[in-house]
Amino acid sequence: MKPQTGWDEGLEEASRRAAATTLEVARRRGLVDIGYTTVDTPVGTLFVASTGKGLVRLAFPEQPFDHVLEELAETLSPRLLEDPKRTDAARRQLEAYFEGRVHRFRTPLDWSLTPPGFSKRVLEATATIPFGSVSTYGDVAKRAGSPRAARAAGNALHDNPIPIVVPCHRVVPSGGGVGKYGGQEWRKEFLLDLEGALAQP
Amino acid sequence: MTLPPFQRLLDEHRTDVYRFLVAAVGRQAADDCFQETFLSALRAYPGLRDASNLRGWLFTIATRKTLDHWRGERRRPIPVERLPERAAPEPPDGDPELWTAVGALPPMQRAAVIHRYVLDLSYAEIADALGISEDAARANAYEGRRKLRSTQEVTA
Repeated sequence: MKPQTGWDEGLEEASRRAAATTLEVARRRGLVDIGYTTVDTPVGTLFVASTGKGLVRLAFPEQPFDHVLEELAETLSPRLLEDPKRTDAARRQLEAYFEGRVHRFRTPLDWSLTPPGFSKRVLEATATIPFGSVSTYGDVAKRAGSPRAARAAGNALHDNPIPIVVPCHRVVPSGGGVGKYGGQEWRKEFLLDLEGALAQP
Repeated sequence: MTLPPFQRLLDEHRTDVYRFLVAAVGRQAADDCFQETFLSALRAYPGLRDASNLRGWLFTIATRKTLDHWRGERRRPIPVERLPERAAPEPPDGDPELWTAVGALPPMQRAAVIHRYVLDLSYAEIADALGISEDAARANAYEGRRKLRSTQEVTA
């Protein structure tokens, strides 16, 4: 490139500002289908994405965020922009949850990533398990209308696109222990412990 | 076909698009053209059929916005005291006379000259960005440069 470095640094800064203004206008005009940001929490830096309808995706850092972004672009919309404002409500509730100030998420949810049917019914049933208590795979299967589909319920929970907020960590095996978790078992233990739901030894 | 997240386009090409716009329309108008470029791009993005040259696609839109801008400027009655500011985009290399001359070129030649000599794009890339053939890109850049040479002693 021909121009000198000093000019380029000014450009970088000016183009960043222009992009920020453009984002504001784009959001107002409904041109941002999905906004995303990252949130630092005690269980790691979480990826959080919201549509106009609500929180649509939350991901743990083991899943490369680029990957999550590509998935969202492919399945929902490529009009995907880093937009802390769009995700502001979800971010603040997550922070409050980890500080123990919020026991129930009130952020609207967008279920677009969950196929309708059994999976969705399992996750909807899971969303009603209160803070501080747990349920079993058989329980949520039953509440989703298929009492014998505990294993299938486990799969649906593993594919939960909005962990923590849809509290799949509150579903445990009937035989004891915390069981499996898509976001690593230590996180499940951490979350249950935070909620005071771990069985006392 | 899958389109990358729009944020990636913005991250990868934001500064180059901005550099092009400053060179083409000046600092004052660059922000507006930048905004219009990316809003148009966002509007059209989900319907885009060919993702093979997204940079070229963005520059095509940006170029169209600069052409719109200059056409608008010509139609609009401009107070005399504002003229110098418009005719001389803030020069990236501190040579106002050169940039005044660039600003006076016909739009296609101006765009081709900027793409070639400011952005260092190949003729194939310029052709993509301007939506013209490679030969036309070469001809426009050549003609633009010849005019610049004839108005002043320029060795770009």
